[in-house]
Amino acid sequence: MSALLEVDAVDVSYGDAQALFGLSVTVAEGETLAVIGANGAGKSTLLKTVAGVVRPRRGDVRLDGASLSGVPAHRRVGRGIAMSPEGRRLFPSLTVEENLLVGAHSRRPGPWALDAVYALFPLVAERRARSAANLSGGEQQAVAIGRALMANPRLLLLDEVSLGLAPVVVAQLYAALPQITAQGTTVLVVEQDVHQALAVADRVQCLLEGRTVLEGPADRVDTAALSAAYFGVDA
Amino acid sequence: MSWVNAVVQGILLGGLYALVAAGLSLVFGVMRIVNLAHGVLAVLAAFGAYVLGDTLGLHPFLALLVVVPVMAAVGYGLQRGLLNRALGGGELAPLLVTFGLAVVLQNALLEAFSADSRRLDLGSLGTASIPVTDGLAVGVFPLLAAVTGVVVIAAIGQFLARTATGRAMRATSDDRDAAALMGIDGRHLYGVATAIALATVAIAGVFLGARSTFDPAAGGTTLIFAFEAVVIGGLGSLWGTLLGGVVLGVAQAVGAAVDPAYGVLAGHVVFLVVLATRPRGLLPSAVTA
Amino acid sequence: MTAVAQRPAAVRVRRGGRAAWAGAGLAVVVVAVLGYLPLLTTRGTQVQLVGLFSLVVLGTMWNLLAGYGGMVSIGQQAYIGIGGYGLVYLASTVGVDPFLAVPVAAVVCAVVAWPISYLAFRLAGGYFAIGTWVIAEVVRLLVTQVDALGAGSGASLTGFAGLEPTYRIAYVYWMSLGIVVLVVGGVYLLMRSRLGLALTAIRDEPTAAGSLGVAVTRAKRLVYVAAAAGCGLAGAMVVANTLRVQPGSAFSVDYSAMMIFIVVIGGIGTIEGPIIGALVFYALQDSLADLGNWYLVVVGVVAIAVTLLAPRGLWGLTRGRVELFPTGYRTGSR
Ligand SMILES: Nc1ncnc2c1ncn2[C@@H]1O[C@H](COP(=O)(O)OP(=O)(O)OP(=O)(O)O)[C@@H](O)[C@H]1O
Ligand SMILES: [Mg+2]
Repeated sequence: MSALLEVDAVDVSYGDAQALFGLSVTVAEGETLAVIGANGAGKSTLLKTVAGVVRPRRGDVRLDGASLSGVPAHRRVGRGIAMSPEGRRLFPSLTVEENLLVGAHSRRPGPWALDAVYALFPLVAERRARSAANLSGGEQQAVAIGRALMANPRLLLLDEVSLGLAPVVVAQLYAALPQITAQGTTVLVVEQDVHQALAVADRVQCLLEGRTVLEGPADRVDTAALSAAYFGVDA
Repeated sequence: MSWVNAVVQGILLGGLYALVAAGLSLVFGVMRIVNLAHGVLAVLAAFGAYVLGDTLGLHPFLALLVVVPVMAAVGYGLQRGLLNRALGGGELAPLLVTFGLAVVLQNALLEAFSADSRRLDLGSLGTASIPVTDGLAVGVFPLLAAVTGVVVIAAIGQFLARTATGRAMRATSDDRDAAALMGIDGRHLYGVATAIALATVAIAGVFLGARSTFDPAAGGTTLIFAFEAVVIGGLGSLWGTLLGGVVLGVAQAVGAAVDPAYGVLAGHVVFLVVLATRPRGLLPSAVTA
Repeated sequence: MTAVAQRPAAVRVRRGGRAAWAGAGLAVVVVAVLGYLPLLTTRGTQVQLVGLFSLVVLGTMWNLLAGYGGMVSIGQQAYIGIGGYGLVYLASTVGVDPFLAVPVAAVVCAVVAWPISYLAFRLAGGYFAIGTWVIAEVVRLLVTQVDALGAGSGASLTGFAGLEPTYRIAYVYWMSLGIVVLVVGGVYLLMRSRLGLALTAIRDEPTAAGSLGVAVTRAKRLVYVAAAAGCGLAGAMVVANTLRVQPGSAFSVDYSAMMIFIVVIGGIGTIEGPIIGALVFYALQDSLADLGNWYLVVVGVVAIAVTLLAPRGLWGLTRGRVELFPTGYRTGSR
């Protein structure tokens, strides 16, 4: 498998505070990688760096071998990177359907359109005419994922799907993931819920304070070592 | 009968005030800045039509075909070149820059055209009128101007509600960063919003310049009237703005019918009363656009 | 969170230091020299300097509003006009001594501004700016209706009758210098007070300041009223200097343009900025007078450029190194 995304030794800072330290992440085409880590580990920062919301001070991000440095966030969508951001960030003054249509703004061709998203999340179809401001957390997350899919991404970035949701709802949302990857979409998912992450991913990479502390195939990772890495204590 | 006449004239004038106000609202709705040069830009468009009439003999309506696209281009350039930069400079910067721009444009116009009052010549259309009853006749041009105002406002509303670009504008107004994640280029979109605002304000400026006299200093009152229409109607509501423009126009016309010196003052007073008693306007809207 | 661990071990809070003492000393010397000037210079020079003083007061007031209070007003001419008209009415019609009428006119401005603030504060940002302008227009239109104030043609200040011009001009000069000291010193002390801290908090983070319990609106109202009084003083000063008031010029929005340019070019949010801005504006006004309206075009372009390229203005170019009138607290680790 060839690498679709290569994050190569990036340093990222917010003002004086450095969040990522020479971090490297590689995701192969068609693969699902879960990035896990405690609060403040730098998971969201990693996704924002890939999406182009923050710029690395050092290092490079490549998609299909081509550097993305200097490519602003809005152009990266056209190249096939779409993100469901932390906290969902739906557009509250738009309806559910309008939110989805905004997701298709870059007009990338592909399998995902309104019908396909509605088929994937029937609940969203029922709420299509409703204002996005009046949705439950689970519904919002489904819309946020659907909105990202509308861009027909090659690489889908999902930031904390489980945030603030009941386990049943989280399980329902993740149940949709196989249908997404079946289209050949590569997925980079960030989770605090380690079990959920291990269940859906091919590979897992654990961050601590902006650095990788452990990585490996999801089905063979040693859970004791993983929880030690997660909390930053020696196993 | 003169009262009825005043009210009718006021309603028709209100359509034009609302048209100036629509651009102000649109820009505020999309990027949360108030363009203090908005009024002067209307006057600039009127002078543009004046020059075209003076040199090429173009009727103001034909001049619109040139002035409107030019002003739209100016708007796009202004936003990309100047205002987008100001947006990054904190809350005060856009106000300082647009105010500075207003002063620059007004004084440049003053140098170019002197302080003399001018009026765009409509030819026979300027005097044509439709008799309604014995004492009441409605001017064809004021009617046309008001209808244009309503049509343009409705078109802006449809644009925001139905088109992909309009949708992207509403999304950007909600959350610019999230919109960028959807592939929306905020800087370009802001440029488009200002281009539309200046295209509409150009129409309004030319109609206002044909309706009554104007001079380089008229930008201030034009901005004030637009602002009053917005606040009377309720921030963020296009139809509210139309209502606000009509209320303002009627107040001015009725005030002027009492005593010509009271026209503008009556409009201000109605504005202040609305501000004191209904600070969210007559037609408050939950949605901003 | 790791940020906690990065806090420096020892923090020393200090204000000013040697530069501040130098600043105070410099201010005393400058005021003393200026105070001595009427004994050395012609009446014409004094009249001109009063014009400069009015610019300093206006700039300082606008800076108080926008730079410290976060309120962009383009309607301060309401109070400039009320100050000027107040002086003329009190001195020429009521018969109050003009030098007493000036502070009274400023008090009138404050009294008028207080209820007006309740209306104006219903608007925010750019809409607040236009709202203040509308209020100034209303005041202008009302004044033009009053025959006792000379209606559209204005009125003259006759209260100085009996005073020899040489003395009159010198007294007006000293009064104006006193007003400058009062206004600049007053803003300086205000910004060093608790209220100043609250204002800085509002400016830097309005929502946080609100939730921290700082009475945001109260602080802003105080600033608005104080700025109205200051602009009233400036308006009265201008009329005492020129002996004439007219609605068109006293309530002209050009005053707002001037105030904004002075503050932006000098450096917004500093005590020194408006003074430097006023000096620059005054010098430009004199040397570019031949340009007519192009002069305002030039000043406007400069103000736009400064806002975008050097938002801290001329004084900002030195700031960080010198601070003659420090209002904020500086922290430094030992
Ligand atoms: N906008 C910001 N400004 C300043 N610092 C930030 C900002 N966003 C994140 N940080 C800091 O960067 C570090 C990494 O944050 P990040 O949001 O990437 O963590 P995370 O792993 O996503 O955490 P969580 O699980 O809580 O979402 C943290 O120390 C955080 O405080
Ligand atoms: Mg996160």
